[in-house]
Amino acid sequence: MDIHALQQIVHQTRDARRKQTIAKFSPADRDQLIHKYHPDWRASAYRPIRFGPNEGDKTVVELATLLEGDSSLDGSADLTPHHTTDVLVIGGGGAGCAAALHAHGAGAKVILATKLRLGDSNSVMAQGGMQISVAPEDSPVTHFIDTLKGGHMQNDHDLLKVMVEEGPSIAKWLIELGVLFDRQADGNLHVKKGGGSSKPRLLTCSDYTGLEIMRVLKDEVINQKIQLLEFCAAVELLSDNDGRCTGAILKDLDNQQHVVVAAKSVILATGGIGRLHIQGFPTSNHYGATGDGLCLSYRMGAKLDHIDTFQYHPSGAVYPEQLIGALVTEGIRSEGGQLVNAKGERFVNELDTRDVVSSSIIRECEEGRGIRTMSGRVGVWLDTPLLDAEHGPGTVEKHFPAMMLQFERFGIDISKDPVLIYPTLHYQNGGVKIDTNSETNVKNLFVAGEASGGLHGRNRLMGNSLLDLMVFGKRSGLTAASRTGSVTQGKLTLKHLERFRTEAKKHGNVSGVISPMILPAYTRKVG
Amino acid sequence: MAQESNENVIDQPEVLKPRMVTIDIAGKKYEVPEGITVIKAMWYAGQEVVRGVGCLGGFCGACATYYRTKDDPKVRTCLACQTAVQDGMSFTMMPPFPARKALYDIQKLQDPKQDLFNLYPEAPLCRNCNACTEACPQKIDVREGVWKAVFGDFQSVSEMFMDCVMCGMCTPVCIADIAPNLVALYVSRAQGAHFTEKPAGLDQRIKEITDGRFNDEWKKILAMNEKELADHCATVK
Repeated sequence: MDIHALQQIVHQTRDARRKQTIAKFSPADRDQLIHKYHPDWRASAYRPIRFGPNEGDKTVVELATLLEGDSSLDGSADLTPHHTTDVLVIGGGGAGCAAALHAHGAGAKVILATKLRLGDSNSVMAQGGMQISVAPEDSPVTHFIDTLKGGHMQNDHDLLKVMVEEGPSIAKWLIELGVLFDRQADGNLHVKKGGGSSKPRLLTCSDYTGLEIMRVLKDEVINQKIQLLEFCAAVELLSDNDGRCTGAILKDLDNQQHVVVAAKSVILATGGIGRLHIQGFPTSNHYGATGDGLCLSYRMGAKLDHIDTFQYHPSGAVYPEQLIGALVTEGIRSEGGQLVNAKGERFVNELDTRDVVSSSIIRECEEGRGIRTMSGRVGVWLDTPLLDAEHGPGTVEKHFPAMMLQFERFGIDISKDPVLIYPTLHYQNGGVKIDTNSETNVKNLFVAGEASGGLHGRNRLMGNSLLDLMVFGKRSGLTAASRTGSVTQGKLTLKHLERFRTEAKKHGNVSGVISPMILPAYTRKVG
Repeated sequence: MAQESNENVIDQPEVLKPRMVTIDIAGKKYEVPEGITVIKAMWYAGQEVVRGVGCLGGFCGACATYYRTKDDPKVRTCLACQTAVQDGMSFTMMPPFPARKALYDIQKLQDPKQDLFNLYPEAPLCRNCNACTEACPQKIDVREGVWKAVFGDFQSVSEMFMDCVMCGMCTPVCIADIAPNLVALYVSRAQGAHFTEKPAGLDQRIKEITDGRFNDEWKKILAMNEKELADHCATVK
């Protein structure tokens, strides 16, 4: 059928739906729904990791294979350093920039290496906002409780307390750097309510929050003359005889040469795993989201936490083909956008947590109440025109300019017609286990941002990622910088790799892949 | 389970019968399915793309591309991850352009509106050709923004350039050697750091945290066992 004919049911039912309220699920119903429909509970997609720090723990097959994968290096690699520094930051997104800036600010010599350009990351795409409890009726404690509920009570309390308490000072730092958060008439920060939150707490820069923060942080990294190694992907970490981290080997993607960096501390800020397309899901993630930091630190002996749980953002575009997997910001639902099935019915409280909303959408589709596309995809409607109906014409355009433009390029006016959505692989809830200084169980190896785990429990609350990046980027940077006086540069060896290879051999070397992946293989084999 | 009828299926002729189109990538002809994005067309053509791909979501500006459609002399600009190919299209990615970025300490500026002329002395030399505006894939009125910056209307510039993905396509076309996106970035940061009211509520909250206003509540919550905490959480709506 013509898409416009199918959309009619959304227009026809809009007025009736506006008055309707849908209660959130009770904890018992919520668990039942998630266990039945959430991809994290699809047992066939999982297997135990065969060896290493998380031996026996289950994770998705795609990740387990990479974690057990071999290094691209042979044992005879030349480890003479090309660069020597106090702090090596690997990753140029939000956490990497924050880490580099704070370490530099504390007086350390910093090198920031990234496999694409500075700033090419998921952070730049964050549209929904950043949760910080600035409103008078809100508090860090309430932020803590909301996050805990969202994370199924599995969050690391120490990490979480640190994050919510340092939030306001992070907002201040960003404002001083020139980040333009949306304001109320009285000059105070404007806050929006996000899914799973009991209070309005989202700081936003229209729907460009991540972009605005990253424009500023990138500019600041350059202004501070922090040494950059762009298009340099980390392929292996380096360790001394005691197993402490002492640097990394990078591969310059322009000339394929290895670049050896000796560092007193290494901060991995390598982001998530969307580009592994686990369980065949499309992803909202950037090109380089291939879980490199997980593989590198796992080989060094760092323990992973909650590595079996991933976030499927409820609203990934399903139509048009060109936008498959692209995110339709949660902000639309925050402002009252409703989810509607093929029968014109709502089926979930749109502001429930992401795992609940995603599971509900999957349920509707599996039970035959979805709308299908000819490429075999299925989805439900997100009633975007409702925002204009509810808050006045021009609302969608004013509040979601990025979204409008993205669909307009394909001839779709989202202020007039609903968009078709289905969950898309969005975020790695777990990651490398860290302490409150962002350090792993491997000495002088820090992990910050999405690559780290524990903070978000089994489901990250919307808007907590940007804050995570800033808080733990800062803490890793400051802690690493504070060691420059006391730590002497250790030897550069690949002893950890020898140990890892011995283990792999014991288990039959079955992975058959080289990790980290660095970039996904999208190039078609021609001829 | 899944529906068998065609009742709720969107017509997509492009999926049903993918039509191959001929395009020209950096001077070479390739056959690719119509309607895929420019980036996907490069992958389809067997090209490895490292430089020129970033977020794939239209936000990072890595995939700035020049293109021309069939029989049209006008060379246009786009983000390769956000643009569909069509028959007869020619395109090539923009190489990194060596624009000069001024270095500054945003917090230490004494007179940011005057400093603009020291940092970017070329900014007032705009000759109004409007090429920057035409080159902007985000549809920003770049030329107007440069003038507003020069006239000190920093607030308008910061609002106009909120959509800027820093692809830099406004820069190579400028006959006055202005890098408008970098000028706007400076102006926006100055607007935020120097000309925007400090939020009083934020300072208040920071003080409350430092003064330990929430300490009792923390103590109570962190002492709870799993069940007590779960029960307490259930009361927060």
